[in-house]
Amino acid sequence: MVSERDVLHIAELADIGIDKEELAEFTGRFNEILDYFDILDQVSADETRESDRANVFREDVVEPPLPEEEVLANSREKEDGFFRAPRVM
Amino acid sequence: MATISFSQKDGHNAFIPTLSEADTGPGALSGIPLAGQDNISTRGLPTTCGSRILEGYVPPYDAHVVTLLKKAGAAIVGKTNMDEFGMGTTTENSAFGPTKNPADPSRVPGGSSGGSAAAVASGMVRMALGTDTGGSIRCPAAFCGIVGHKPTYGRVSRYGLIAYANSLEQIGPMARSVSDISLLMEVLSGYDPRDSTSINCPYSHIPDPEIRGLKIGVPEEYFGEGVDAKVASVVWDGITLLERKGAEVITCRIPSMVYALAAYYVTCTSEASSNLARFDGVRYGPPADPKLPWHDAFQQQRRHGFGIEVKRRIMLGTFALSSGYYGKYYAKAQAARQQVRNDFLRLFRTFDVIAGPTMPTVAFRLGEKTDPLSMYLSDILTVPANLAGIPAISVPCGTSDGLPVGLQIMGPHFKDERVIDVAYAFEQGVSR
Amino acid sequence: MTDTAGVAGQESRSTDFSDDEVIIGLEIHCQLDTRTKLFCGCSTDYRDDRPNSHVCPVCLGLPGSLPRVNKKAIEFALRVGKALNCTVPDESEFARKNYFYPDLNKGFQITQYDKPLAVKGYLDIEGEEGEKRIRITRVHVEEDPGRLVHKGGADRAKYTLVDYNRAGIPLIEIVTEPDLRSPKEARRFLNKLRATLEYLGVFDSEKEGSLRVDANISIQPKGWFGREGRGKGDRGRAEVKNISSYKGVEKALTFEVTRQKNALRRGQRLETETRHFVETRGITTSSRSKEMEQDYRYFPEPDLLPLRVCDLAAGIVLPELPDARRARFLSEYGCSPIHARTLTGDLRLAEFYEQVAGSDPIPAATWVADTLLGELNYRDMTVSRVSPVWFRDLILLVKEGSVTDKGGVEVLRSLLDQLRESGSCETPDQCVRRLGLKVLERTGGAGEEQDPVTKASREAVAEHPQAVADFHAGRKEAFNFLVGQVMKKTRGRAKPADVNQILLGILGEED
Repeated sequence: MVSERDVLHIAELADIGIDKEELAEFTGRFNEILDYFDILDQVSADETRESDRANVFREDVVEPPLPEEEVLANSREKEDGFFRAPRVM
Repeated sequence: MATISFSQKDGHNAFIPTLSEADTGPGALSGIPLAGQDNISTRGLPTTCGSRILEGYVPPYDAHVVTLLKKAGAAIVGKTNMDEFGMGTTTENSAFGPTKNPADPSRVPGGSSGGSAAAVASGMVRMALGTDTGGSIRCPAAFCGIVGHKPTYGRVSRYGLIAYANSLEQIGPMARSVSDISLLMEVLSGYDPRDSTSINCPYSHIPDPEIRGLKIGVPEEYFGEGVDAKVASVVWDGITLLERKGAEVITCRIPSMVYALAAYYVTCTSEASSNLARFDGVRYGPPADPKLPWHDAFQQQRRHGFGIEVKRRIMLGTFALSSGYYGKYYAKAQAARQQVRNDFLRLFRTFDVIAGPTMPTVAFRLGEKTDPLSMYLSDILTVPANLAGIPAISVPCGTSDGLPVGLQIMGPHFKDERVIDVAYAFEQGVSR
Repeated sequence: MTDTAGVAGQESRSTDFSDDEVIIGLEIHCQLDTRTKLFCGCSTDYRDDRPNSHVCPVCLGLPGSLPRVNKKAIEFALRVGKALNCTVPDESEFARKNYFYPDLNKGFQITQYDKPLAVKGYLDIEGEEGEKRIRITRVHVEEDPGRLVHKGGADRAKYTLVDYNRAGIPLIEIVTEPDLRSPKEARRFLNKLRATLEYLGVFDSEKEGSLRVDANISIQPKGWFGREGRGKGDRGRAEVKNISSYKGVEKALTFEVTRQKNALRRGQRLETETRHFVETRGITTSSRSKEMEQDYRYFPEPDLLPLRVCDLAAGIVLPELPDARRARFLSEYGCSPIHARTLTGDLRLAEFYEQVAGSDPIPAATWVADTLLGELNYRDMTVSRVSPVWFRDLILLVKEGSVTDKGGVEVLRSLLDQLRESGSCETPDQCVRRLGLKVLERTGGAGEEQDPVTKASREAVAEHPQAVADFHAGRKEAFNFLVGQVMKKTRGRAKPADVNQILLGILGEED
């Protein structure tokens, strides 16, 4: 069982804001789904993911970059060729 | 370069953007109007995944499949509606409103590639691209009464496909006939060095309806609890038809099915929680509030940008990967996934294909399903193919209460040709 | 919140600290010197270019972009693993490290987690008591994040500017066991590691920001960290993050030793915490951020396949490494042990030396390891600025006797100053002539009275009668004083042997 506090902690980890009004219902649904996931407790962990393929590489050869006008084309916050992000302090 | 004109009348809300005129050229798909999906990058054309968080995003590059389609002369007339980031079974989770099912506009078209299915079923386009992470091509194909194929994992490049769950999803063809599916597969498949999971296995095949001696396994689990009796009976009739055409039908079991859905949802939500972390508003999409400190700005951005189902899945995945729970959820899901894979490998030593219903029910009414868990449960018959990475097709096999039902045929890795042949044989058998 | 931060509370019992030892483990990040980035074909040569001019959909984390592994980066990392005597496991894989920060292009960093490329190795260094083996826990590869620019300083900036040119540069992370016992050992380890990486041709230490170090440091009772692992009663340790220079590491660690010792002496209990090194002030500060609670939610990168590279590693032939080269310098050139160590401690210096060693390797070693290195350090220059051609000529001028040792040093200084100012310099010959440093050749016979050394010697004797008297009284230093005077008058151009001979001659005449 996860609590509303746990849900808020997970939301913090995922950097998602959860509205207070939706918290109770969200937590309820969350627990229903997690209860369903409990069936995985019966799985033996002996078998792990196997890949029959490995080692796909690229050679160290320079390819042209994206044209500079396209780099910033999708950003509305930019300055002198930089992207503008929120402050870190 | 020639152009074709396209009627933008869209009564089912199948499309997000459309073009009134689209370029076409010479090639296998010359002059054929074709719908892209809104999670497949198209240079110069908005690509939003049905999400507000990508509002206004115009990719500076084409997905590999788009390059291939253009090379084959196809006229891409628009981008179809979908559940936000592919997360849904109804196409109701779109920031652009739900798509309606052309077979019954009061019903959902299925999802997440519901827009593509509706565009094809309504006749707006001859073919469309869909993406299938846990059934997102086959479910709407079944609900709308068209054909949809999920290729073997790796056979179609994912380069340019906006990721929901990388290890599960494939782009695939949707059309009204199996031969069109085959035609589109020929264009889409092949090696792409830009996708490290791509496999060099081009598709060049003309469907062959001869199935005499083919061994079809029918898993009991596909007719078990939760599968609507009428749907089950329509599908059994379909399988019987294949038997009449000379195939041998034998029932079998997939013991790992009990874990499949949980394994699928743990895996896809885990991958999604990471894939969708990039949407912070810095490089594309609506900008994050520059007046706030970064953590608050990102939270606000994502609170407003993502719909509730996307948030739920990001949260589930975040939890499944978090410290102390990884072993209980993610690691166990991978072990279960390997069991599903092993079950199929074992079955394919005996059987040529596995057949059963695509969906446990017919299309839901719009707004009918509100409970997420019961919605997830409706994916139970489609997710095994994604977990195992095998090819799976859904072909129309009649109706139940007047609504389309899909027959699902799954085959061994890289035997897309075989499942397409069986679907073709079925289609030919029904039409005769 | 500087030097007392991180002290959690009082410890009541008194403790004897005389038997404490310093426990240090390092985590080193180096940029691998490949042509292209780790997961895309963008050039790594971005340092003088405009922001965001070396980026593609992968660097920008555009939706739908996919990573592709640069084989060279893996090969470089395997070279390092091999040189550090590591084992290469049958299978390794990339993993996603999930966290949010504006310098991240995808909301996660592709790195390696529980399946690193190479594990369990060691590097031998010169420890406080002879040769010492430092164990290497693991070596893995990962991508560098973007670069943040804070206009007007990080504290005051209203927003952050982001440049993704650096995003995706391949990094190697090398983690040591906590085997280092002093800041000095840590510095020696880093020097040896740097030299090794440079010898391998995978790293260029001269590139700005190419090395970053995190250091774990604590002070524990002697023997606490024994062979059986950690003992009980951990006193808490500091992880000093993001030290970006070699000198910084020793400084930061020295500061931490003092800070922790003082706290322990005051009976305070140290808390395990993350600290930041403030390079400009030479101190570390506590960073009481959420970093301690970070939950990175690692999982295997689904867009990349596993690596099975044992064969690739086995096929790698390592070049001569610092220890082997040092042994060769001893045997082949007859260098002194200290010169051999200095010369081989830096790849460029070693190669420079080999180019100038010529037929007279022992004096050349002195010229390079002592004179040149000292003058370069004084000017904050590196040996790559110096041409071995003119340096060899300079040594030759000295060897032939056209310039005295002292004159040679003067020429060297002048040439290095020119290089620093303008990037180019005269030839040693030109410099000698311009400065008039050519050794004064003795003109014997009839012209003897015109000989400048003889003239200068006579003047010196005439001007310093007391010294002459002292000389005759048998005081050796008086003679040296007179030699010094002659040297001064000839501005060091006289050959010492000539001066000796002439002075003795003149002083003898007076007998």
